[in-house]
Amino acid sequence: MKKTGAKIFVETLLEHGVNTIFGYPGGVLLPIYDELYHAPIRHILTRHEQGAIHAADGYARVSGKVGVCMATSGPGATNLVTGLATAFMDSVPVVAFTGQVSTHLLGNDSFQEADIYGISIPITKYNYLVKDTARLKEVMYEAFYLATSGRPGPVLIDLPKDVQTTQIDEPKLPELTLPLKGPHYTPEERKRQLELILSLISKAERPVIYAGGGVIKSEGAEKALRHLAEKAKIPVTTTLMGKGAFPETHPLSLGMLGMHGTRYANYAVAKCDLLIAVGARFDDRVTGEPSTFAREAKIVHLDIDPAEVGKIIQVDAYLIGQAKDLLQELAEGIEPQGLASHEEWLLQIDQWKRDFPLSYPKKEGVISPQYVVEQIYEKTQGEAIITTEVGQNQMWAAQYYKCSRPRSFISSGGLGTMGYGFPAAIGAKIACPDRIVFDIAGDGSFQMNIQELATAVYNKVNVKVAILNNGFLGMVRQWQELFYGRRYSQTRLSGNPDFVKIAEGYGALGLRVETPEEVPLAIERAIAEDRPVVIDFHVDPEENVYPMVPPGGAINDMLDRKEK
Amino acid sequence: MRHTISVFVENKFGVLARIAGLFSARGFNIDSLSVGETTDPTVSRMTILTSGDDQIIEQVIKQLRRLVDVIKVIDLTQSDYVEREMVLIKVDAPSAHRAEILRICDIFRGKIVDVNPKTMTMEVTGDEGKINALIDLLKPIGIKEIARTGKVAMARGKQDKNLAGKGQGGMPLEEVVSEEKT
Repeated sequence: MKKTGAKIFVETLLEHGVNTIFGYPGGVLLPIYDELYHAPIRHILTRHEQGAIHAADGYARVSGKVGVCMATSGPGATNLVTGLATAFMDSVPVVAFTGQVSTHLLGNDSFQEADIYGISIPITKYNYLVKDTARLKEVMYEAFYLATSGRPGPVLIDLPKDVQTTQIDEPKLPELTLPLKGPHYTPEERKRQLELILSLISKAERPVIYAGGGVIKSEGAEKALRHLAEKAKIPVTTTLMGKGAFPETHPLSLGMLGMHGTRYANYAVAKCDLLIAVGARFDDRVTGEPSTFAREAKIVHLDIDPAEVGKIIQVDAYLIGQAKDLLQELAEGIEPQGLASHEEWLLQIDQWKRDFPLSYPKKEGVISPQYVVEQIYEKTQGEAIITTEVGQNQMWAAQYYKCSRPRSFISSGGLGTMGYGFPAAIGAKIACPDRIVFDIAGDGSFQMNIQELATAVYNKVNVKVAILNNGFLGMVRQWQELFYGRRYSQTRLSGNPDFVKIAEGYGALGLRVETPEEVPLAIERAIAEDRPVVIDFHVDPEENVYPMVPPGGAINDMLDRKEK
Repeated sequence: MRHTISVFVENKFGVLARIAGLFSARGFNIDSLSVGETTDPTVSRMTILTSGDDQIIEQVIKQLRRLVDVIKVIDLTQSDYVEREMVLIKVDAPSAHRAEILRICDIFRGKIVDVNPKTMTMEVTGDEGKINALIDLLKPIGIKEIARTGKVAMARGKQDKNLAGKGQGGMPLEEVVSEEKT
């Protein structure tokens, strides 16, 4: 029996267990949308293609499954660009489908034609322009495989309209012949590296584990990490992407490191004699000036991507593989009685924790943004899925919402995409309907994808948005305050709307909170409400994120709030 | 330091854009690049000359290996290899100079591939030093046009181990020696 490309498309999605797509239709996608009309796939119609891809990304990050999104040709496709780059920087398995003009019109500057294949090469793990319906099924199989294998990432498939309508005989299930690139070392070299690492661990007196997003992505790696840390008594600091890889309430937890990390995490990294990086990539927001980073330490790097090893910092030993497998191997390899004592080191770290806890000023009658995050933490018992926007809201969320399990802190770490958090929260809630999902937002970021309120309300996606409304692009303003003589060039968001009315206009619940006393009540109310809620917290307009490593500085050389 | 890198890639459209894009996005240099089919028509061989310190070259190689379409990467500079470039040079050839042009061509084991009353065009292959020496000699006579192919290169001795990465798992492990950390 002959089948159209559109039919094969839907069948192949079903073969991959796809039950949810985030998308936005258009002329060249009509054949596929017509096929979706009867398909057992939930299609979430967002109000902007960027919302669709961030939602698919949020869905993927919390579920570990592939997030699928779809947009039409031309402007629909180009609206995916920010979302692709976001997913690429944070290694998120997303498969994005774009409609394209028919193959005979390709290259003619046709209506709504854009070369999304060419545009997306540098921001996808791989991409395809399918010119032959016979190849469609195979390409989709490859795309799902590539998105999830090795270091995950987004894959884009461009589908010309005639490829969707052409009828072909039932295609065979493809045999995947993709090269699986192994680690670039010999078994002997691997053994040598492993032995070297075990001996470095056994000799270290001041070790620290630095865990990143790779631990979140590798199923079960958090258990292996905890096992290793507890068995060898090694304190653990996580990156923004690694939040949840190690319980932040654990005595061995140092919290987050880097530009806005805890002082004790940064001091520990500066003073350690062994740094074990796992699933992390020495981002500049983590290292500060690389030549000053962990300069007293031997550095061990465990990662799935060989290209990350030695990219920023030369390492003393490394292993390539899934974080879980490598951590397990190390945990099994060490003998606690053979380790150097870490007692003094752990005492020193406890002292730093007592001397330099995270703190913020409590002013009479003024809501501190940190207090809002703390209250969300309290009222959700630390069990919520938190998404963030980008800027101060993101850093306060990271500092004050302690995560105890993976896939619960969802944030655009690499690209730093404002407008990410809200659509990502929608995707997250759809993937995990039983968990509370809070988007911790700023008044600037929220307005970048505020139109998705319609998506949340219509689809009954019960997400909560906590706007830390300071009337500023707060993080940029903070830099202007500290490094540009308080010249607040274009960072005051004059003309902000009434967020309560906006929420109500879309059919969500809007709450305005102007005093500290109302904060816990509003959060409780939002949690109890069975529909999307937007809480507009009017917070201290000039509060800053501290501590802070000035750009280009060493991470143990941090700025703090001046005592008044 | 300059490195000559052989990159075996899937012979598909878009591959050149991916490789070129990788170099430009990460700020690596391409001094010369040439592409052609191998004995397997589904595989192309690229010869890329690039320069940078050891860390940059290591990143170039690792980033190339990350690309889905890249089958195998060999840094030929690590071994004994042959490198050649072909050049076509069109020179002014008034009758007074013809004998000299022919003599130079002969010394460089070149061939005259086109002659007309005003110009002669010669074809010469060799390594970079030889081509440059030839150009220096011809300059005083008057070069009208030059077309260089860019370098192609190959390790000496036994054949490159069959493209073992293709289709089933991994690049030949022997290639990795250059990857090791010091």
